[in-house]
Amino acid sequence: MTRYTSATDRDRREMLAAIGAGSIDDLFADIPESLRLSAPLELPDGMAEQDVYDHLAQLAARNRHCEDEVSFLGAGMYDHYVPALIDSIIQRSEFLTPYTPYQPEVSQGGLQAMFEFQTAISELTGLPVANASLYEGPSSVASAGYLALLENRRSRFVTSRGVHPHSRAALETYGRGFGTTLHETPLDERGATDLDALAAAVDDDTAAVFLQQPNFLGTVEDLGPLVEAAQRTGALVVCSVDPLTLGVLEPPGAFGVDIAVGEGQSLGNRLDYGGPSFGFFAARDRFIRRMPGRIAGETVDADGRRGFVLTLQTREQHIRREKATHNICTSQALNAVAGVIYLSWLGRRGIVELGELMLRRTHYAREALGLQPINPGPVVREFAMRVPDLDDLFRRARAERVNPGYRLGRDYPEYADGLLVAITERRTRADIDRLAGLVARSREGVAA
Amino acid sequence: MADETYPPDLLYHPEHDWARVEDGEATLGITWFAQDQLGEVVFFDPPHLGTAIAANDPYSEVESVKAVSDVIAPLSGEVTAVNEALSDAPEKINDDPYGEGWLIRVRLSDPSEADALLDADAYRERLAAESSE
Amino acid sequence: MRPAETDTLTIFERSQEGRRAFSPPPTDVPETPIEELLPAAAVRRWPPELPEVAEPEIVRHYNNLSKKNFDLDTGFYPLGSCTMKYNPKLNERVAALPGHARLHPLQDDEYAQGALELMWRLERALAEIAGLPHVSLQPSAGSHGELAGLLLTRAYHEDRGESRTKVLTPDTAHGTNPATVTMAGYEVVKVGTAADGGVDLDDLRARAGEDTACLMLTNPNTLGLFDRNIEEIARIVHEAGATLYYDGANLNAVVGISRPGDMGFDIVHFNLHKTFTQPHGGGGPGAGPIAVSDRIEPYLPVPRVVESASRNGAEPAYELDQDHPKSIGRLRGFQGNFGVFVRSYAYIRSVGGDGLRDVAETAVLNANYLRARLAEPGIGELLPVAFDRTCMHEFVLSGAPAKRELGIKTLDIAKRLLDHRVHPPTVYFPLLVHEALMIEPTETETRETLDRFADSIRAILEEGRRDPELVKGAPYETPVRRLDEGRAARRPIVRQPPVT
Repeated sequence: MTRYTSATDRDRREMLAAIGAGSIDDLFADIPESLRLSAPLELPDGMAEQDVYDHLAQLAARNRHCEDEVSFLGAGMYDHYVPALIDSIIQRSEFLTPYTPYQPEVSQGGLQAMFEFQTAISELTGLPVANASLYEGPSSVASAGYLALLENRRSRFVTSRGVHPHSRAALETYGRGFGTTLHETPLDERGATDLDALAAAVDDDTAAVFLQQPNFLGTVEDLGPLVEAAQRTGALVVCSVDPLTLGVLEPPGAFGVDIAVGEGQSLGNRLDYGGPSFGFFAARDRFIRRMPGRIAGETVDADGRRGFVLTLQTREQHIRREKATHNICTSQALNAVAGVIYLSWLGRRGIVELGELMLRRTHYAREALGLQPINPGPVVREFAMRVPDLDDLFRRARAERVNPGYRLGRDYPEYADGLLVAITERRTRADIDRLAGLVARSREGVAA
Repeated sequence: MADETYPPDLLYHPEHDWARVEDGEATLGITWFAQDQLGEVVFFDPPHLGTAIAANDPYSEVESVKAVSDVIAPLSGEVTAVNEALSDAPEKINDDPYGEGWLIRVRLSDPSEADALLDADAYRERLAAESSE
Repeated sequence: MRPAETDTLTIFERSQEGRRAFSPPPTDVPETPIEELLPAAAVRRWPPELPEVAEPEIVRHYNNLSKKNFDLDTGFYPLGSCTMKYNPKLNERVAALPGHARLHPLQDDEYAQGALELMWRLERALAEIAGLPHVSLQPSAGSHGELAGLLLTRAYHEDRGESRTKVLTPDTAHGTNPATVTMAGYEVVKVGTAADGGVDLDDLRARAGEDTACLMLTNPNTLGLFDRNIEEIARIVHEAGATLYYDGANLNAVVGISRPGDMGFDIVHFNLHKTFTQPHGGGGPGAGPIAVSDRIEPYLPVPRVVESASRNGAEPAYELDQDHPKSIGRLRGFQGNFGVFVRSYAYIRSVGGDGLRDVAETAVLNANYLRARLAEPGIGELLPVAFDRTCMHEFVLSGAPAKRELGIKTLDIAKRLLDHRVHPPTVYFPLLVHEALMIEPTETETRETLDRFADSIRAILEEGRRDPELVKGAPYETPVRRLDEGRAARRPIVRQPPVT
C-alpha cells in the first residue's frame, strides 16, 4: 500500500475471497513465468512528499530562468506575463482532472470552454472554423500538410525558409510517412520570402505551400502576393502565425490563406522549457469535415436548453479508424482553456494595445542596439541583427544576467553572426537600454 | 422514423442497398435495415455527376453521429443525378429511405446485372438469417 | 436542480463595450503611429471581436462553467483504457517552480542542467520500466508516440533496403492505431481475435510476411486480457522481419510485474497522462514518450539528452545532442511537454520501484474484485463479462442481454449512471463486443467505492425491469439532459456567430 492506494491486508484477503483467488500472484497467472520480474525494478525507493519536493526544488534551482535573467530569447516561445486568474481557474479540479468529454451531459464546462476557444481563434485568424487544439506549433504545421494531402492527393510541399526550423523539420519527418517531398524556397536580402523563387517552385503537384507570419526572423511578410502565387496551381496555402501579433497585423484569413496554424504558448501558457502549450488550427468552411482534432458544437438538450457536444466525430480516429482525418486523441485541452481565458482577459482592446506596445518597443530596440539589421523591413516583436562578436557579447551579458537572444547560426549558417532578439510586454525600455549598453561596450571592446 | 418495409417493386443488394430500375436507368438508395443500423443520418456526400460506379463497390458513404457506412452500388453505371435535398435534410434517408431519401440515379452500363440482385422476399429472408447468427 | 437560463451565456455574450480586465503597462518608448511602423496592407483593419469583460466576471464565468463538469477529484471515473487514477497534488507544486515554469526552451544547455538532468533521469526510469534501453521524451501524446514508432519502423526497414507496406493491428485495437498506420503511409491489415480473447495465432502466421512492417499490440489488450502467447507472437513477427510495437495505454496492469522489452517488443510508448499521473486536463495535455531496442536506436528523434563532460569533472552534465544522421528528425518543436515530465518524474520518485509494483497489483486486484461483484446474480446475467477469465486492470461487459430482455441499451445504463454521480465506463468499445462496457477502476479507488458502483449498476438494472422508460430518459440530475448530437452534426455551429 502506498499513500495513493487503499487496499489494506484485510481488504486484500476479502477481495481475493470474493474473486476466488488464493493470492495476488494468482491474478497474474496469465503472464508466463519467464516474463515475470523476480526482483523489483532497479529504481530508487519511494520517498516522502517533502523529500520529493526538495529533490525537485534542487533540480529546478540549477536552471537559469526568466526570473534570474533579463531574457530576449524568443524564436517561437516568449516570456509573456501570465495573469494570476488563469491558474486559479485551470487548477480547479473540474478543469484539471476529467478526461475527454465523451459524456457531454457532465462536461458542459469543458465543452463550452472549447466552443469559446474555437470562437476566439476564429476571430484572431479571420477564418471561420477552428478546432479545439492540437499539440503545439510545428506539429500543427505538419497536420495542415496532411489535410492538404487528403484534399488533393498531390505529393510536394513547398515551404519558405522563413518558416520556423522546427516546423520545416516536422514537415520533413511527417513527410516520410506521407510520402511527400519538401522543397524550400529562399529568403531575399531583406529577410523576407523571395516571391519569385516561391512562385517558381509551385507546380501542379504541389499539395500545399507553407508560410509564416511574422517569419522566423520577425519579418512581416507581404502575404497578398505570396498567397496569390502559391494558389495559382490549386495548392492549399498554410500560414503559421504568431497569435499575439494579430491585434496589429491583418490576419491570414484576410489574404485568402486556406489554413492558419500556430503556436499558442504566448496565449496564457508558461514557457515550461517548451511545453505543454497548444497548437491552433483554423480553416475555410469547406475543410471542416477534413479538420483534425476535437471540435465542440452547439446544440440543444431534451428540454430545449442550449448545450455543447463534440461534433463531426466521424472524422476522428475512434470512429473512422484508418480513414480518420488525423490520429490525434488526447490534445492540449487544459492549455487551450488557459488560452481562451487569456484572450478574454486581454479583450478586444487589450490585444491591440499589447500588440502596439510590442511593436513600438521592438522598433525602439532595433534602433537602440544600432547593429546591422538582417531584416531591415517591418517587424512586430522580434528582429535579427548581425553581431561582430557574439561570444564576447554573450560573455558580457551573462555576467550581468542578461540573455541577448537566440543565435541564428544554430539554424541558419548564412546568418552565422546573427542574433534574434524578441520583445514582449515584460521587456521594458530600461531592459532594452541595458542590452544596448552591453552591445555598445562589446563593440568598443572588440574594436579596441 | 419510417416503419420497416421492403417494397416489392425494388431490387436489393445483400449489403443493404436498393435499386429501382426503369428504362435503362436506376435510382439507388439504402434499405430500411441500413438506416436503422446507422441511426440518425447526419451527412451524405454524393459522387460527382458523370462518375462511373461499379457494381459491388462502394461509391459513397453515409454518416450518422457515431458511425460511417459505405454505400455499395447494386449496379454499374454513370451518375446522372444526385439528391440535392439531402445536403440540407439528410434525415430524409431515415424517414423515407425509398422515396425522398433516394441517393443517386445512374444510367446503367450493364442492365443484365439486375439478374444477380435479390427481390424483396429474398432480401427479407437474408435479413432473418443474418439476425439469427 | 435546474440551472437558470443565464447560465448558458458564453463569455462573448457577457461582453459590454468598454469593460476590460487587462491594464497595459505604460508605453515607455516613443508612441510612433502604427502606420509609420507597418505597411498599410499589413495593418489590421478590424480588431478581433474578443470579449470586453472585467476580471471578476471572467473568474465567475469560468468558475461556473467548471461546476458543470464531473471530474476525478469529485468521483469515480472508471473509463476503460484511460487509467483515471488520482493525480497527486505535489505534481502541480513542483511543476510551478519558476526553475521549471519560467525556463525558456532555448536556454543554453549549460544553464538548464536541472531540466536536462530531470529528463535524463526520467528516461532512465522509463527504460527500466519498459525493459528497453533507449528513450525519447519528445512525442506529445500516445498517438504521437505511435506515429514516432511507425516512422522509426519505416526508417529501420528503409535503412536495410527493404520496402514493406503493411502494418498489422488486432481488430480490438484502439482507433488511434489504424489512424496512425495511414498517416505513416502504411496499409492496415487486421488480425483476428481468438476465442480466449488473445491474438489468433493462425491468422497472424498467415498474415505476417515479407511485406509486414510491424505488428501493433496492447498487452494486456483492450479486453483487459494478457495475451499468454506473447512470446510466440514476438517470434512470428520477428521471423517475418517486422518490428513489434507496444501501445502503452494499458501499462498500469503490468508495471513492475513484467516488461514489454522482455516480452519481445522493439518499440514501446508510454502515456504519462495515464500510468504516470499527469492530470487529464479535459483532453490533454499528456505526453507519449517512447523506449526502443538497440536496433531501433539510431533512428530516434532529435534532439537527444546525452551525458557530456562536465566542467568540473565531478558531477555528471547533460546536453541536447542533434548529431544523429540516421534520426527520423523532429515530430514537434523544442524538447516535448516538459511540464508533464516534471509531474511524472515526481510521481515515480514518490512511489519508487516497489510502489510501482504495488500500483499494478492493486489495479489488477480492484478490477477482478469489481468483475466478481458485477458477476453476481441480478447483474451478471444481464451484463455478462465478454471473456470469462481472470482480467488484468480492466474488463469488458456486454450489454446485449440487457438490451434483449429489458430493452435498455448500454448507452441508457451509462446515462443513468450519471445520476448516481459516477462517470460511466467506456461504452461501445471495443467493437468486438456488442453493447460493450469497458471498466477500469484503477488502483487508487477504495473497495467501498467499487461496492457502491456495483450497487448502482444493480439498482439501474432493477429500474430497467420495472420502468425501462425511466432509464431511457436519463440523465435527469445533470446540468443538461441528453443532447441532440444529430443536430450538432447536421448543421455544425462551431463558433459564436460573428458580429456583423
